[in-house]
Amino acid sequence: MSETSVADPRVGGPPAVSVHAARLEYGGVPLFDDLDFTLAAGRWTCLLGPSGVGKTTLLRLIAGLEPATGETRIVANDGLALTGRIAWMGQQDLLLPWLSALDNALLGAKLRGDADRGGARRGRAIDLLYRVGLGDRLDARPAGLSGGQRQRVALVRTLMEDRPIILMDEPFSALDSITRWKLQELAADLLVGRTVLLVTHDPREALRLGHFVHVMAGRPARLGEPLAFDDQPPRALDDSRLLAREAELIRRLASAAEAPS
Amino acid sequence: MRALLRAGLVFAGLCLVWQAIVTIGGLPAYILPPPTRVFAALIDRAGFLASHALLTLSEILLGMLFGVLLGSLSALTLASFATARRWLLPVLLVSQAIPVFALAPLLVLWLGYGMASKVAAATIIIYFPVTSAFYDGLRHTERGWLDLAQVMGATPQRALLLLRVPAALPGFASGLRVAAAVAPIGAVIGEWVGASAGLGYVMLQANARMQIDVMFAALLVLGIMAVTLYYALDAALRHLMPWLPESLPASTKE
Repeated sequence: MSETSVADPRVGGPPAVSVHAARLEYGGVPLFDDLDFTLAAGRWTCLLGPSGVGKTTLLRLIAGLEPATGETRIVANDGLALTGRIAWMGQQDLLLPWLSALDNALLGAKLRGDADRGGARRGRAIDLLYRVGLGDRLDARPAGLSGGQRQRVALVRTLMEDRPIILMDEPFSALDSITRWKLQELAADLLVGRTVLLVTHDPREALRLGHFVHVMAGRPARLGEPLAFDDQPPRALDDSRLLAREAELIRRLASAAEAPS
Repeated sequence: MRALLRAGLVFAGLCLVWQAIVTIGGLPAYILPPPTRVFAALIDRAGFLASHALLTLSEILLGMLFGVLLGSLSALTLASFATARRWLLPVLLVSQAIPVFALAPLLVLWLGYGMASKVAAATIIIYFPVTSAFYDGLRHTERGWLDLAQVMGATPQRALLLLRVPAALPGFASGLRVAAAVAPIGAVIGEWVGASAGLGYVMLQANARMQIDVMFAALLVLGIMAVTLYYALDAALRHLMPWLPESLPASTKE
């Protein structure tokens, strides 16, 4: 699979990311061991699985937030380092309560001390906030925003990083279904062409957004053969293939949950 | 306004109880003067009390300034350097374990009868609450924010300045509130041990001369000063951190 989905690194597009022989212990018990996992270049890869199986940990490992142990190697297929090429969006919006929506969106550049010549970056943040429907809430603090609005600011903050690799950890799970549906649409639009990993517990979300949908299960965790799609997400909710595949996916998840660990 | 009215009512109630104790107990004025006499003393000696109060207030404010500056610097140092934590934390604890009462005579010996020794006493008494509250706040930055800063490639200095310090401001503010409440203690202790002016000095002198009404009047002024200081600081802090009152009632974290 990795052979076919690898983009030509010479054109400078987002790289594919491969995790080789990942090993991670939690309290002496291996969460996963000798795990191989690939994020296809410029595609959405979704990761499903029961709670506590290690989806978030795998994502954090790629983000560099968990120490890699043993033989674990995480590489981009263009041979460049991953540092500085990843944007991360967590389960919580992680907005800073003392900053306005706009300043939260600009946080990354401020933390790195990047100069904003001519205010171009600020202009882009304002544009993006308008695009996600928050044009009139630029100065609002997070406490004055709804959960959906806060998550949209977090999405803009992620986009402002302008990184080729995007790691998203259940970013929409705390939202009501309508808001979630709208944000999925928006994220799919705005992140077209990036290498995206989306960890989720919602099979429908994975099927709407993923080019590849993996199921992670067992202890130590294993990854099955992914469901692959060749059309461009987001898919319509009444897409007939979606329903058929949802049934299959739920069957896989159910058997994964029953599998002896 | 309503809070002010409430405070006034409480004060009036206390005065009534006070008067009742004097009347029913038949206490002589040199043991417990009635509130009327204290107020009379307050008015008679207004200029005298005001000049001493001004000095004590300056000592308190200077003590707070130095204590807060030193405390903040210490907290930032502790949060930034592991070596500093190992060496400074025990010193910090010792500084709190020694009562200012025990140090005050030494401070007067070293710094003289003037303002310096009183400012030093107030500084010392404030230093620990400010340091420990601010340091605590700096230690407990939300894990997710630090993760975010790490992935974003933040420099440690900027993460401290833009993330950990603002996140620690609520802790710092509670340290400041404690400081405002205890700073008068430091200043008055300094004045008791050796001074030629200030409210603490007035109280000691009045006590020795059996002018208990003057003593109570000075005490009243000190109390009003301390309470005003606390509420002024509290209001300023609320004004400076407008995101806090909003987040306090909605403490349900998702």
